[in-house]
Amino acid sequence: MTGPLLDIRRLSTHYVSARGTRVTRAVDDVTLSLDQGQTLGIVGESGSGKTTLALTLLRMLPPAARVVSGEMLFEGSDLLKKPEHEMRRIRGKRIAMILQDPMMSLNPLFTVGDQVAEPIRVHEGTPRRSAWNRATELLKAVRIAAPETRVREYPHQLSGGMRQRIVGAIAISCEPRILIADEPTTSLDVTIQAQYLNLLRDLQRSHNLALIFITHNLGIVAKMCDQVAVMYAGRLVEAGPVKQIYNAPAHPYTRALLESIPRLGDGRQRLTAIDGQPPDPSAPPPGCAFHPRCPKVMDRCRSEAPPEFRATDTQTSRCWLSAPAAR
Amino acid sequence: MKKFILKRLGLAAISLFLLSLTIFLLIRISGDPAVLLAEPGASAADLEAIRNQFGLNRPLWVQYVSFISHLFRADFGQSFYYRTDVFELYLSRLPASLLLASAAMVFSLVIGIPTGIIAAVRVNKWQDSIGKIFALLGLSMPSFWVGLVMILFFSVYLGWLPSSGSGTVWHLVMPAIALGWVFAAAHMRLTRSSMLEVLGSEYVKLARLKGLPEALVISKHAFKNALIPVLTLAGVNLVIMVNVAVIVETVFAWPGVGRLLFEGIAFRDFPVVQASILLGGTMIVVVNLFVDILYAVIDPRIRYEG
Amino acid sequence: MNGTAANSRAASTVLALPSRLAFIRSEGFPLIPSLILLSIMLVAIFAPVLAPHNPEVGVLGDRFRPPAWQTGGTADHFLGTDHLGRDVLSRLIFGARISVVVGLMVIIVAGAVGTALGIISGYLGRWVDQVIMRVTDAWLALPALMLAIFLAAIIGPGISNIIIILAAVWWTRYARVIRGEVLSVRERDFVRLAVVAGCSKWKIMRKHILPNVVNSAIVLATLQLGQVIIAEAGLSFLGVGVPPPQPAWGLMLADGKKGLMAGYWWLTVLPGSCIMLMVLSANLLGDWLRVKFDPQLRQL
Repeated sequence: MTGPLLDIRRLSTHYVSARGTRVTRAVDDVTLSLDQGQTLGIVGESGSGKTTLALTLLRMLPPAARVVSGEMLFEGSDLLKKPEHEMRRIRGKRIAMILQDPMMSLNPLFTVGDQVAEPIRVHEGTPRRSAWNRATELLKAVRIAAPETRVREYPHQLSGGMRQRIVGAIAISCEPRILIADEPTTSLDVTIQAQYLNLLRDLQRSHNLALIFITHNLGIVAKMCDQVAVMYAGRLVEAGPVKQIYNAPAHPYTRALLESIPRLGDGRQRLTAIDGQPPDPSAPPPGCAFHPRCPKVMDRCRSEAPPEFRATDTQTSRCWLSAPAAR
Repeated sequence: MKKFILKRLGLAAISLFLLSLTIFLLIRISGDPAVLLAEPGASAADLEAIRNQFGLNRPLWVQYVSFISHLFRADFGQSFYYRTDVFELYLSRLPASLLLASAAMVFSLVIGIPTGIIAAVRVNKWQDSIGKIFALLGLSMPSFWVGLVMILFFSVYLGWLPSSGSGTVWHLVMPAIALGWVFAAAHMRLTRSSMLEVLGSEYVKLARLKGLPEALVISKHAFKNALIPVLTLAGVNLVIMVNVAVIVETVFAWPGVGRLLFEGIAFRDFPVVQASILLGGTMIVVVNLFVDILYAVIDPRIRYEG
Repeated sequence: MNGTAANSRAASTVLALPSRLAFIRSEGFPLIPSLILLSIMLVAIFAPVLAPHNPEVGVLGDRFRPPAWQTGGTADHFLGTDHLGRDVLSRLIFGARISVVVGLMVIIVAGAVGTALGIISGYLGRWVDQVIMRVTDAWLALPALMLAIFLAAIIGPGISNIIIILAAVWWTRYARVIRGEVLSVRERDFVRLAVVAGCSKWKIMRKHILPNVVNSAIVLATLQLGQVIIAEAGLSFLGVGVPPPQPAWGLMLADGKKGLMAGYWWLTVLPGSCIMLMVLSANLLGDWLRVKFDPQLRQL
């Protein structure tokens, strides 16, 4: 198969309020791509549009949301053009997703085994017994001790870390090509987080998954991802290889994010915060959405929204500073 | 699990105690209890005799102990009107009330649950609006008026159904609908809100993310979870139905404990009235206990929380 | 979309309301139910003026007259007469008085007592809370109607008795809900500040807690109004409520039953419709209030 596994081009998703009066550009003109076996981190503050992007990908948007433009090519065909029953076959089977809160993601009335076996039975028509055995093996694969006993238990009998692994097991049960993880470690204890991330990385290697990691935590991105995409106010402001961007961020927002991480021994007395607040998604500032908070703001930024520029061969940046003439 | 049951039993016992205490005190507060406990038309001498018989001059707590001990022996006194043991009288009428309440409950669930589910699945669309109107009407029309209007229509004008008494299935139809009507609205409302909550939950979201067909998501993941509060309420409501059926039973001359209560009031037959309240309240407490335990059986989480 | 904005602006200039009444313009305000309730109240107040006949006295020769538009009816008794020849329209009008008085008095008294006890219970906590809650629970274990019937059997019929009985049964519903509210208000910062500032418990309850739960109390009161009226009608129907010859709607239904099998529909349908209209309006208003004041009250 030629070309990237996932190719998102100029995707825009808008939320329309009940009376049609307010339009929120949750995802605005986003272009991304993902190759097989790659890990992409999508970073941004709350409200930056990261989760909406993931939901758009799986066509699981709430009724108030509408995809206004763009295409999402998965294995060459546009997901936006697929009818619902085909999308259903893609969800869970070819593209899977892990949600943030494992306690709420699992149905309290059914056993763990039942819930892990379910997608196998539905997507592959596997009979009960064998699906149950597969489930037990999957529990083993996500490193849950004594899987034969655990598989019969209910979610509330397991710890938070174990539950999140179960959610992981459900996600990989049908051997998907892409796994989207939406803040999977946010509700886990710090000590468990590292274990879980290692598990995800091992699963990725053994199943040759492409991983999309949605998070606000730059440290996790640094550890887990090859590529990173930074979102602000629904727009993709910077994208490229992790090492390059972390060493030399092209966009002032990315730079500010990186600088605001406290580091031991860097000699600073005060924490560097970014001035101001993220914009109201339904009423973003004109021009570049970041300009009110940008330390390098120019006149042009206030009135014209910058397009994506190639900052380097592999990095793109939505900033006038990266415009060819400015360099 | 055992701890859970024991704890619930304890709470039930406290409720029963408070119930009996409340009834006991209310009677004593009302002025002259002797007047109530004596038959209508008693003379002053009779009242004095009653006072001695019931020990109304003794200290309150002594009276209460005596009261409770009678209750434990299922001794609720003699009916003035029927001249038989009140407890036996109540028990003889109970099956009819249970029959009526069951029929009304079936009606209310058959109407309430599907409409609630449809309203939730098609939230804010026209099906939901119809459901809301139905619920509102149900809660706004007194059950006995519904009964009276039905009699007018189906007995007087159309002559299809008998207007009173019991004996055949046809006698059951109108009273069951009149009684169940309000509960149908309540069950519909609860089903709808419960279903909406479940449909918005993370595990339903995950079920959809797994690529499960929507019909499976609703019937397997949403339905069972949504139904729990409804069935618990229904269980409790069954007993409540038996007790509030007073008016419906009166309208339709249905021979249940509700009608018995009405007769007690009409004929100033106080032992009957008192027993109806005490036994009715006891039934409610017992059923609440039973339903709580059943809840724990269905929902595994409850067992461990207690 | 621009059209509606312009329209509503035009409408509000035509009907320029003083700012305190501006909520009437707000989304979803149940105008018709409120007008109905207002009309019922006005009818209740002006009953002696509005009613064409004496509601309690009838001419026996005139019994069971149907409403004016049916054969046998007269314009004099526009809605017909009952089994004692009393004018139905007049009885309905004076019946409104009874429903309004009983309804309002009960929810005011029950509301006041229940709110006060709810606040005390919720704020003071510990044994006071336990005692009040246990009593409330015991009270709530019985359906309202049963308890009311029992009390009525003991105390006897009469309007003031009914008000006392219904208030005594209904206060528990307030206490429960208000206590719940108080438990959360209690934790809010301005209350803590008041404690730190040294305010006495009673002052805090009066000045800080009360205003914050008053909204819930009002919503609850409106929602309960319908149930109270149905309960009063039920009690009157059974004969333990408002005593004859007063024209309570419930009592009219009981009388109406006598003529039911003979097809005298107006004696049943008309009083019942009045009850339904009043309860329905109260419920609609209560629902709107609930949504407007606090979405969290949805569990009421």
